[in-house]
Amino acid sequence: MRLPTERWRDWKRDPRVAWAVYLGLAVLLLALPFFTDWAAGRAWVRIAAFALLYIMLALGLNIVVGYAGLLDLGYVAFFAVGAYLYALLASPHFGIHLPFWALLPACALLACAFGVLLGAPTLRLRGDYLAIVTLGFGEIIRIFLVNLNAPINITNGPQGVNLIDPIRFGGFSLAQTHSFLGIEFPAVYNYYYLFLLLTLAVIFVSMRLEDSRIGRAWAAIREDEVAAAAMGINTRNVKLLAFAMGASFGGVSGGLFAGFQGFVSPESFTIIESVMILCMVVLGGMGHIPGVILGTVLLVALPEALRYLGPLQQAAFGRVLADPADLRLLVFGLALILVMLLRPSGLWPSPVRRRELAAGDDVGSARV
Amino acid sequence: MTPPNAAVLDVTGVSKHFGGLAALTGVSITVKRGEIFGLIGPNGAGKTTLFNIVTGLYPPDAGEIAFNGARLTGMKPHQVAECGIARTFQNIRLFANMSALENVMVGRHVRTRAGVGGAVLRNAATRAEEAAITARAYALLEYVGIAGHAVEPAFCLSYGDQRRLEVARALATDPVLLALDEPAAGMNATETAKLKRLLERIRGDGTTLLLIEHDVKLVMGLCDRVAVLDYGRKIAEGAPLEVQRDPAVVEAYLGGALA
Repeated sequence: MRLPTERWRDWKRDPRVAWAVYLGLAVLLLALPFFTDWAAGRAWVRIAAFALLYIMLALGLNIVVGYAGLLDLGYVAFFAVGAYLYALLASPHFGIHLPFWALLPACALLACAFGVLLGAPTLRLRGDYLAIVTLGFGEIIRIFLVNLNAPINITNGPQGVNLIDPIRFGGFSLAQTHSFLGIEFPAVYNYYYLFLLLTLAVIFVSMRLEDSRIGRAWAAIREDEVAAAAMGINTRNVKLLAFAMGASFGGVSGGLFAGFQGFVSPESFTIIESVMILCMVVLGGMGHIPGVILGTVLLVALPEALRYLGPLQQAAFGRVLADPADLRLLVFGLALILVMLLRPSGLWPSPVRRRELAAGDDVGSARV
Repeated sequence: MTPPNAAVLDVTGVSKHFGGLAALTGVSITVKRGEIFGLIGPNGAGKTTLFNIVTGLYPPDAGEIAFNGARLTGMKPHQVAECGIARTFQNIRLFANMSALENVMVGRHVRTRAGVGGAVLRNAATRAEEAAITARAYALLEYVGIAGHAVEPAFCLSYGDQRRLEVARALATDPVLLALDEPAAGMNATETAKLKRLLERIRGDGTTLLLIEHDVKLVMGLCDRVAVLDYGRKIAEGAPLEVQRDPAVVEAYLGGALA
C-alpha cells in the first residue's frame, strides 16, 4: 500500500505532468488578456501588464536581497535610471528618437553602471547600515531628477518627460491596434505580450544564475561573508556583480515602463516604490522565484481590487461609509501584517529559507 | 615545486596590536612542506590572531609572511586562499542553510571559472565544470566520511560531522597548506581519534597542516613540530617532547610555582 504523499511525490516527479503544467500555464498566460478584458475590463489588462513589469523589478531586487542577502532600500533608483534614459533618448524633449532595440540594452547597461556605482562605496557595510545608505542613494537619484532642469534642462524637473515614443519594432508600433488571424490586438495587449516575453527571459536568467557557481557564491556570502572570503570568494566582485545584475533588471523594467506609459516624472520613483518592491520580494518568499512572482502579483492586484470597496459599500449600505482610498491602505497594511505573522518566511518560501526561519534557534546553535 | 623539508610558510617578526593590547609581538614561525605543525598556548596567547593574519583577515602591524614563494602580507583572504592556504574556524563557520554538498561546492569556487555568461548560457564548458565540481565535492565528502549526509543542510549535521565538513570544504580549494583552528574542540575521545586518522591521511596525501589545538594528547601524538605562544610571544619551538619539557612552557601552562 503506497502512502498518498508518496503517490503525490511520484506524480510531481513525472515529466509528463511537468509538461502538462507548463502547457497549461502557457495557454493561461497567452489567453489572460482576452479573458481579463472580457471578465473585468480593459483596465485589468493594463494591471496585468504592470504586474509583469513589477515581476521583473522584484526578480532583480531578489538577486540582491534574496540571493546575496544585501538589503537594498533604494532599488527604485535603477528603475528610474532606466525609465529616464528611455524617456530622454526617445522623446521630443531632446528631439532624439532612438530605436527600441538600441534603447533597451542601453537601459540595462546604464542601470548596471549605477548598480556598481552604488555597490562600490557600500561594500564594507552590512545589514542596517547598508539599508540606510541604499535608501539615501534612492532619494539622491530622485532629487537629481527633480532638480536637473537648471541651469541646463536635462530631466525637465518635476514636470517630467512627456510624449515618449511608444515601443516600436521598425514600423510595427505596439501602441496601435493590430489585427492578426482575424483577432484584434489592442495596444495594451501588445505590451502585455512583450512584457510577458521579457519576464520569461528574466525568470530564465534568474533561475540559471541561482543554480550556478555565481549563485552559490552569492548564497555563501549571504550565509557567512567571512567564511566565503576564506574559501577564496572575492566578496567585493561577487557583491558588485549582484548589484549590477539586479540593477540591470531594474533598468530594463524602467525602460519598458517609460515606453508603456509615454510619460515619466520623479513622482513615480519615491521611496515608497522601493519599499513596495521589497515587500513583493519578502512577502512572496525571498530568494524563491515562484514566491517572488506570487508576492508581486498579489501586491499589484490587491490594491486595485480594493478599489471596489467603494461600489461595494454603495451596494450594501446605499452610501459610501468610508473613503475607499483610506480603506485600501488600511486593509493592505492589515493584510501585510497578517501574512508576516502567520507566514514569516513568506507565502511561498524556498525550502532553504523556510529552514532558515523556522529553525532559527538551531541555526544559531550550529554556528556557536 | 619546492623540495620536501623546504619552508612552505615563513612568518617573520609579526606583531599585532588591538588598541592597547599587544596580541602578537615579533612572532616568527616556519612551517616545512609536508609536516604537521602545531601552534599551542594558553587561552588568549594569540594563536587565532596569528591564524587570522596569515589568512589575510587582519593586516599585521609589522612583519612579513611568505608562502610558497609569494608574499602574503597585505593580501585579502580570497587571494590567500587562491595562493593555497585553506582554513577552518574555531567557531564552526559553515554555510548553515546550504547542504553539505553545496558547502563543499563553494570551496571549488576559487579553482573554477564560470561567470555570468556561462551560468546563463550553460554551454558545454560550464556543464562540464559543474559536473566536475559536483563530483569532486562528493568525493571529498566521502574522503572525510560524511557522504551519507550530502543533501542535508549543514546545520543539521552533528558537531563532529560539521567539523569534518569544514575540513572537506577547505580541502575543496586544493590547498597546499591546511590551517585548522582547534579541530578537536568539543569532540569526545572517539571522535578525536577519528579526526587524528583523518589529519594523518590528509598529510599523507601531500597537504601540509598547521593546527591550533588545546588537546595536548592530540598535539603530541600528531605534530612533527610545535610552537608555543604565550601573551603574544613565541616562548618555545621544537619537537613535541622537547617542548613539553621546556621550563618556560611548563610555567606558561601551570604557573611559576612549579617551574
